[in-house]
Amino acid sequence: MTEVQRRWMFLAGAAGLVAFVLWGLLGLPGFGNYPGPYGPSILRIAVAQTNATGVVSAVNFAYRGFDTVGEEFILFTAAAGVSTVLRHLRHERERSAVDEAADRDVPPTSSAVRMTALVFAGPVMVAGWWLASHAQTNPSGGFQGGVVLATAFILVYLAGEFLVFKRFSPVDLTEVVEAVGAGGFAAVGVAAVAMSLPYLTDYLGLGSIPGAVSSSGTIALISFFVGLEVAAAFILIVGEMLEQTLLIRQEDSE
Amino acid sequence: MTVFPFIVVAWILLVGLYGMVTSRHLVHQIICLIVVQSSTYVLLLGVGYVTGAVAPYYFDVPNHTPAVDPVVQALALTDVVVEAAVTALLLSFAIQAHKRFGTLDPHELAELKG
Amino acid sequence: MIAAVHTPYTVPIGFMEALQVTVLILVAAGATAVVLIRKHVRQVIALSVYGLMLALLFLTFQAPDVTLSELTVGAVALPVILLLALAKTRKREE
Repeated sequence: MTEVQRRWMFLAGAAGLVAFVLWGLLGLPGFGNYPGPYGPSILRIAVAQTNATGVVSAVNFAYRGFDTVGEEFILFTAAAGVSTVLRHLRHERERSAVDEAADRDVPPTSSAVRMTALVFAGPVMVAGWWLASHAQTNPSGGFQGGVVLATAFILVYLAGEFLVFKRFSPVDLTEVVEAVGAGGFAAVGVAAVAMSLPYLTDYLGLGSIPGAVSSSGTIALISFFVGLEVAAAFILIVGEMLEQTLLIRQEDSE
Repeated sequence: MTVFPFIVVAWILLVGLYGMVTSRHLVHQIICLIVVQSSTYVLLLGVGYVTGAVAPYYFDVPNHTPAVDPVVQALALTDVVVEAAVTALLLSFAIQAHKRFGTLDPHELAELKG
Repeated sequence: MIAAVHTPYTVPIGFMEALQVTVLILVAAGATAVVLIRKHVRQVIALSVYGLMLALLFLTFQAPDVTLSELTVGAVALPVILLLALAKTRKREE
C-alpha cells in the first residue's frame, strides 16, 4: 500500500472518529454548566471533614486515595521498566565514567549556563520540598514537588558534569528512596487496616486550624511519600538515559 | 463558547493522530502521542468548569465560595506526571530498537524480520 | 455571558471568556505546529512551548495544581528525556 493510499484510508477513518467524538462531546451540558452532584457535594464537606483547604489534594489523597496508589505504582513500574530495558546487553561494554570524561573533545559548557544552574539548584530544591509538604493548603502536592525536586538534580548535571550528577544521586540510593516512597504510601494504608479501619482511612488526629501544615492527618504524610517517590523515579529515568548516551558503547564500533 | 473547547479537543486529537500515522521517525511519533494525550487533559478540565467560579482552594477565599470541580483536577494532575514516565518507557524501547536495527523509521522497522 | 453561580470575580465574566478563547486558539495552533515540524530538535522546542501554552490554558480554567504539573513536566522533564533519546540515536548515525 502506497503512502497516498495510507493517507486516504486514515482520513476516511478519522472522519468517522471525529464524527462520533463530536457527537458525544456536543451532547454534554456545555462548557461552564457543570451540573454533576459529585463536585459540589465534595466542596461542601471537604474543608470541614479533612481540615485541608486544598480540596484537590484532599480528593487526591483522602477521598480517592486508592486511585492515587494505583497511579503511583504505574510510575514505579515505568521507572523500573526504563531501568530494565536500558540494561547492558551482552555485546556492549560500559566505559568507566572517568576515562570517558577525560578524552571527550566536546566544547566546555559556557560559564553562563554553569553559573545560572549552580545558583538555582539550591532554591529549586527548597521549592520542591515546600511544594511536596504543603499539599493540603496550597496548589501543591507530592506529584508537582517531586518533579521540581528532580529538576534540581538535572540542574546539577547542567552546572557540572555527569560525574557530579552521579555522585549526588547514585543508582542504589535512588532506587532505595523510590522504594521507600512507594512502599510508604502503601504502608500508611495498611497501617489503617491493621487498626481495623478501612484502607487509607485518616487515623492521625486532625488539627484545629484548617489549612495548617500539620492539621490534615494522613494527607501530609502521603504527600511526602509521593514526593519522594516521584523525585526518585524521574532522577532514575534521567540518570539511565544519561548513562546510555554518554557511557555505553558497542563492542564492534570501537 | 459553550462548545468551543470541545471542538478544540477534537482538533487536537485529529492533528495528533494524523502526525502519528504519517510519521517517519519513532521519536516524532512519540511526540505526537504526547499531543494526543494532552487533548484528554483539556477535555477533563473543560468538563468540570463552572462559569464564574474560582479555583477550589479555600486558603484565601471564604469557605463555600462556588468553585470548579476538584475531582477532574485531581485526575488530570496525576495523569500529567504519570504519562511522562510512560513516555520515557516508550523512548527507551525506541533506543533499544535503534541499537538492534539501526533505523528508527517505522516503515523499515515493520519489514525487518528479526 | 451569564454566570452559572454568583461570581466573586473582580473582572467581568466576558474578559475571562475572551482570555479562554484566545488561549484555546493558541493551544490548537501550537498542537498543529508540533505535529507539522519534522526536524527533531526544533520539534522538541516546539513541544516545550506547547507545554507552556497548555499551562496557561489550565490556569484560565481555574486549575493551578494542574498548571504546576504541566509546567514542570512538559517544559522541563519531557524535553530533557526527549533530547537525551535523540542524542543517543543520533550518535550511531555518524
